[in-house]
Amino acid sequence: MIINEIIEELKLNQLSGEKNSMKTVDGVYICDLLSWVMANGSKGDIWITVQTHLNIIAVASLLEMPMIIVPESIEVEEETLAKADEENIIVCTSELDSFTLACKLNEMGM
Amino acid sequence: MAESEKTIKLEYEVGKEEFSKAGLASSNIKKVLNQIGIDAKVVRRVAIAAYESEINIVIHSEGGKITTEISHDKITVIAHDKGNGIENLEKAMTKGFSTASNEAREMGFGAGMGLPNMKRTSDQFSIESSKGAETRVEMIFNI
Ligand SMILES: Nc1ncnc2c1ncn2[C@@H]1O[C@H](COP(=O)(O)OP(=O)(O)OP(=O)(O)O)[C@@H](O)[C@H]1O
Ligand SMILES: [Mg+2]
Repeated sequence: MIINEIIEELKLNQLSGEKNSMKTVDGVYICDLLSWVMANGSKGDIWITVQTHLNIIAVASLLEMPMIIVPESIEVEEETLAKADEENIIVCTSELDSFTLACKLNEMGM
Repeated sequence: MAESEKTIKLEYEVGKEEFSKAGLASSNIKKVLNQIGIDAKVVRRVAIAAYESEINIVIHSEGGKITTEISHDKITVIAHDKGNGIENLEKAMTKGFSTASNEAREMGFGAGMGLPNMKRTSDQFSIESSKGAETRVEMIFNI
């Protein structure tokens, strides 16, 4: 599924990374414990997490997860976004909670 | 020196509680491995193990360094810190065991999965430590 379509369909607020990304994602992983994600997240996943500090970018980049969605309009630190731009990780926020995001992604065919 | 004996050595200092730099060493290691054409699956395993070692030095130790050696048939990652050591290695290796501070837990560390991840992703894993001593983790990945 194309990242840009997801951003438009879910009305996400994109904070970092390339605009109108045609990159694709093929799964979703939801977890807030970093080493748990390290163990179980997959390349090409969208990662939904309430964590917003710099280290989420290291995790996403090492696992090659191109997109992070931060739910419930949680604010994301500037330094996290700067690092995300450097690594070209797309960080978005949403007003929705993780469950609702997952349901909507599922409806979209994820 | 014979072609097969050439090795590449990378060394990174990792500072105590340097949360903002955590991940730099592992992402550099990953870049170098990709550049020299190591298989993507192996790169991923090394990156996970190096990352977990790096974070452990940052959140649990007085600082240390990560050394990576790449030879023709294996990659060796050594995480060596200045203490203060691990009292019970068996407990430390158990999934879910963690002594991470509240501050570290709020940032999403402390699942007690780091050492198990390092053991699982490497082909050979050894850890030496005791209370009050240095901790040295050595991991070997066959290529
Ligand atoms: N370098 C180290 N120096 C001192 N203690 C350590 C070191 N590495 C690990 N430990 C001890 O071993 C425990 C388990 O480590 P492990 O990496 O598995 O989990 P964690 O770091 O607590 O959490 P996680 O890695 O899931 O974020 C730690 O909580 C800590 O008590
Ligand atoms: Mg750890």
